Amino acid sequence: MERELRLMKGNEAVAEAAIRAGVDGYFGYPITPQSEIIEYLMEADPAKTTGMVVVQAESEVAAINMVYGGAGCGKKVMTTSSSPGISLKQEGITYIAGAELPCVIVNVVRGGPGLGTIQPAQSDYFQAVKGGGHGDYHLIVLAPASVQEMADFVGLGFDLAFKYRNPVMILSDGAIGQMMEKVWLDPPRERSKEIPEWATTGKTADRKRNIITSLELDPFRQEVFNRKLVEKYDAIRENEVRFEEYLCEDAEYLLVAYGTSARVCQKAVQLAREQGIKAGLLRPITLFPFPTKRISELAGQLKMALAVEMSAGQMVEDVQLSINGKIPVHYYGRMGGMVPTPDEVVENLKERIIGG
Amino acid sequence: MKEITGIKEYIKPENLVYRKSSLLTDDIMHYCPGCGHSTTHRILAEIIEEEGIQQDTIGISPVGCSVFLYNYIDIDWQEAAHGRAPAIATAIKRLLPDKFVFTYQGDGDLAAIGTAETIHSCNRGENILIIFINNGIYGMTGGQMAPTTLPGMKSSTSPYGRDVATMGNPLKITDIVATLPGTFYVTRQSVHTPANVRRTKRVMRKAFQYQKLNRGTCFIEIVSNCPSGWKMTPVQANKWMEENMFPWYPLGDLKVPEEQQDQQPKTE
Ligand SMILES: Cc1ncc(C[n+]2csc(CCOP(=O)(O)OP(=O)(O)O)c2C)c(N)n1
Ligand code: SF4
Ligand SMILES: [Mg+2]
Repeated sequence: MERELRLMKGNEAVAEAAIRAGVDGYFGYPITPQSEIIEYLMEADPAKTTGMVVVQAESEVAAINMVYGGAGCGKKVMTTSSSPGISLKQEGITYIAGAELPCVIVNVVRGGPGLGTIQPAQSDYFQAVKGGGHGDYHLIVLAPASVQEMADFVGLGFDLAFKYRNPVMILSDGAIGQMMEKVWLDPPRERSKEIPEWATTGKTADRKRNIITSLELDPFRQEVFNRKLVEKYDAIRENEVRFEEYLCEDAEYLLVAYGTSARVCQKAVQLAREQGIKAGLLRPITLFPFPTKRISELAGQLKMALAVEMSAGQMVEDVQLSINGKIPVHYYGRMGGMVPTPDEVVENLKERIIGG
Repeated sequence: MKEITGIKEYIKPENLVYRKSSLLTDDIMHYCPGCGHSTTHRILAEIIEEEGIQQDTIGISPVGCSVFLYNYIDIDWQEAAHGRAPAIATAIKRLLPDKFVFTYQGDGDLAAIGTAETIHSCNRGENILIIFINNGIYGMTGGQMAPTTLPGMKSSTSPYGRDVATMGNPLKITDIVATLPGTFYVTRQSVHTPANVRRTKRVMRKAFQYQKLNRGTCFIEIVSNCPSGWKMTPVQANKWMEENMFPWYPLGDLKVPEEQQDQQPKTE
């Protein structure tokens, strides 16, 4: 079958891609700006076509624990929410990381803290990339910058989640979730009948019982497990870094931005170039693992880097770590649901250049 | 220890009145002497063995004293976060509808931190079995007050006795779930005497069989003891339970399937 072209909202694309990717179960709870996902799924009623289970849970806490249960059975399961709901899910997420279960979690970020605003933001970067819940763990974090990537990252997310037995977060924002764009949808995939050997599907005579747990009271054994996780994260850092460069070959000034901010910055690079400033853009596609190596390499040719984000300055810390003092690193951003304009970014860049 | 002499001559087939279920592992249970958890585990293992459903059963263990339940019964398990077992069970059953799925939860787990998950899985009528061990206390964390702690009962967080004016009354969550159309079979039992063990085994077997009907949630409360948390000997604890817990939590069926109502074995 051929790929199919549609005009869709980012949120709808996630839902449709989930059905087509052969997802076994979706568990969600409504919250703006991502409720279209569960609405779309309820209307599509994939139980009748692919057999995909869709459940509206009583809370985000319940939804993420349903994901735990489904993932523990070796199924492809996912949940979606927005910032306040993602905070509630953190308990379940750390248990999922601790039990080494694969799943996909989508955060269509809105501004905070607290109930905040329903407008787009990138203020959950730390939560997504540095841990979020308690304990030493990492999510694999994908940052879509288009409706196309909202769709594509569902399948990619599951591939990575199962490859590493690790939860994957798609860190989107209210703008990408709500805007409509053309999207090429993959032809539907059959739901997998494969059962991973660790899945709880009923103990048969030919194997030991499977136990999904994150509990280990013996500190020695817990540390052995922690080391195993560290090795896994190192392998992810080694193999899974994804990013996109725009006019970086001769760039002297590097913008670093993801998601909606990256779209703004692409335009800003064009404007800057028109004014004779050799700007380029590095767009991290994976936020964990972060494209540290590439940014560090680029530092050799750069005069300055500017992290642009819709937060008070979170990703900028990872840019600083990547550049490690070689050149000045600055931050520019808007908050509270405000999106920076390309002109603003260029103005800020120019001020920094003059300021040195 | 003094050696028991001559024991071998008693170990004869005709003297064997009891055997260990083949599904109980050789792990030494960590429970305090006289604790109702271990008896309930045994019943559970026996039923799964006797029904021949080991390969079709997935259990969810709680956070509480029975957290290591997965070490004791040889079936597939998922260990839940505190209170979340019914949500986990919901997904397992929805995704593997032909399997037997049950949760095993304490009163803190099920009736405090997990109240929402409990009520809503029952309200959706998830086709699962919930086994609820009500010992009126937080056993695992050292005897703090539970939602089920009796009025005036002392615990480490109600050292002067539970004051209902500020701490509320014991939560009869089993009565609540019995009112929900989603539940199919709701009963309250105990395992403190051989007769009660037999009765609990009978109702638990029935609850497993009901899961094949796909008619909603089965919910078995077991009013149990916590000799350590209650600071009593096992014998004292069982007596105290009969005299104090049973009046608040009377044993018997709270909801039986309509077609069964006439033939229910009467429970006290
Ligand atoms: C989120 C969270 N909060 C608190 C705890 C600590 N904790 C562990 S067990 C428990 C209470 C268990 O009591 P109950 O469910 O009645 O089980 P019992 O030990 O009495 O069988 C608590 C509060 C925890 N593990 N996780
Ligand atoms: S603390 Fe109480 S519930 Fe826990 S094992 Fe001991 S007696 Fe049983
Ligand atoms: Mg208890």
